[in-house]
Amino acid sequence: MNLLTLSLSGLRGARLTHTLNILVLALGLGTVTLLLLFSGALTDRLVRDGRGIDIVVGAKGSPLQLVLSAVYQADVPTGNIALDAVETLRRDPMIERAVPLALGDSVGRFRIVGTTPDYIGLYGATLQRGAVWQHPMEAVLGAEAAARLHLNIGDHFVGSHGVGGGGMQHKEFPYTVTGILAPTGSVIDRLALTGVESVWEIHARPGQPEAPHEVTAVLLHARTPLAIVMLPHRINTQTTWQAAVPSFEAARLVSLLGFGAAAFKALAIILIVSAGLGMAIALVTRMRERRQEFAVLRLLGATPWQLFSTVLIEALVLAATGALTGLMLGHAAGWALGSWFPSGEALAAMSARLQPSEWRIPAAALVVGALAALIPAMTAYRSDVATALGGDP
Amino acid sequence: MSAAPILAIDGVQHIYAKRQALIFPACTVAAGEAVALVGPSGSGKTTLLMLIAGLLGAQTGRIEIAGTNLQSLHGAARDHWRGRTIGMVLQSFQLLPRLSVLENLTAAQFLSGSRVDLAAARKTLTALGIADLADMRPRKLSRGQAQRAAIARAVVNQPPLLLADEPTSSLDDDNAEAALRLLLEASRDRGAALLIATHDRRVTAHVARTVTLQQAPP
Repeated sequence: MNLLTLSLSGLRGARLTHTLNILVLALGLGTVTLLLLFSGALTDRLVRDGRGIDIVVGAKGSPLQLVLSAVYQADVPTGNIALDAVETLRRDPMIERAVPLALGDSVGRFRIVGTTPDYIGLYGATLQRGAVWQHPMEAVLGAEAAARLHLNIGDHFVGSHGVGGGGMQHKEFPYTVTGILAPTGSVIDRLALTGVESVWEIHARPGQPEAPHEVTAVLLHARTPLAIVMLPHRINTQTTWQAAVPSFEAARLVSLLGFGAAAFKALAIILIVSAGLGMAIALVTRMRERRQEFAVLRLLGATPWQLFSTVLIEALVLAATGALTGLMLGHAAGWALGSWFPSGEALAAMSARLQPSEWRIPAAALVVGALAALIPAMTAYRSDVATALGGDP
Repeated sequence: MSAAPILAIDGVQHIYAKRQALIFPACTVAAGEAVALVGPSGSGKTTLLMLIAGLLGAQTGRIEIAGTNLQSLHGAARDHWRGRTIGMVLQSFQLLPRLSVLENLTAAQFLSGSRVDLAAARKTLTALGIADLADMRPRKLSRGQAQRAAIARAVVNQPPLLLADEPTSSLDDDNAEAALRLLLEASRDRGAALLIATHDRRVTAHVARTVTLQQAPP
């Protein structure tokens, strides 16, 4: 027998009310957990996919659209720029590496990216099987693309026009798979890579004079942090191209998404506060029923602080149970959503383990529990034993 | 009586809400002695028990229990002292409903600041003939069983003073007789002083002395 067992015995009354309060609290905390997991997965994905890319150069237009299309492969390109741009940028002493991208086709729901083998190096990817393309119409597949398309070394596939899939098929230009990359957890897993020449070959117009070659974007890795600040300004003011900084655009994207996240967070906070109020109301209501019980405890030697602690522990046990249930709910929902949504593997992976930032969930629950217990615990502390036992006329 | 009394009350008054005073007569109860506290309703029988238990403060006078002046104790020290020194049996037994019979006894040990001693608690239940009820919840007990459990809880810490508040009211003659016998045996076996607040004339026939309280002035 100790204070905890006494408190737990107190919870045996009003089980239904306590269970409902735990569920409401768990729902609120589960939503917050899911938001934390979602925002963690988003940040993780933005960081992984933007790794090694300091600046993106492409056609004029929206800088966010340029970054989304060229780095995250999630939007249509702003247009094309002349191939000369690549050579000009490669000669710039502030630039360590310039990797061209030619977009326009897809296979299934995976984009075909015309580029150079340097692109693979940007993500630190390695070949799991086969070799890098040597000739036009040879392709290397990301791990997820190969698995979902059921393609292996030596297999052939044809691309469809458009980056969203479902366009006209280029049946006369089949690709041959020469290599498959090991999984990296980044965007490259979901791409089919080929030389830029393949893209030009497919999109050349037969019977017409050959147009100057173009690329969709150039990914730059700067030599110094200062270059990341100076180059975009120079390119944007002195050329017909557009330069965008992925880290800046990613931050802008997160802040744009922040409004939706804030709405969810507000809803979750309302649920948590409601649960706290419900818990407080249930505990206060029970104080009247437990007047005599507290009087007997005092008679047996309990101090007012022990009564206070008993009620506080009851509320903290309820809150901790709510926190545990909420964490489990949040992680289960995160895992289910991550497994269900395409490209949701980061969310599913994050949901499979506790994240360091989640210490805030039980902490918030315990604060809610302690606040909910405050009034009932003070009522217990001030129990009028003599009146409860009929000793004061 | 050669031994010092376990309970000694002298000049105790209690002033309650309407500024009316309850004036209690001086009395002593020795170890192993049983005394009945009688008087009409409103004369302050339960109030005196609460004063003795230190749950109400006496405005004047002196209450001494087992050589300790109650007024010298304060706060947690007084609460734990009460748990160790006084065992109390209430009219409706007031067993803690969500604890088993055995847990009611170990709760009394824990709250008095004593070591929780399961063996001693079981031995007390055995002495009162309810060892087989140790794991039962109070709501499943008969009135007689609940009474024994309440007495077991009151004596588990071996207190020198036992207080009983109307232990026989609402009991028929046979059950009242049994309840009294249990209380008297429990106090006699443990050498504890027993003070029974009652308006039941059946009690007075079984105790050595009676202290009568007067009706409080209107």
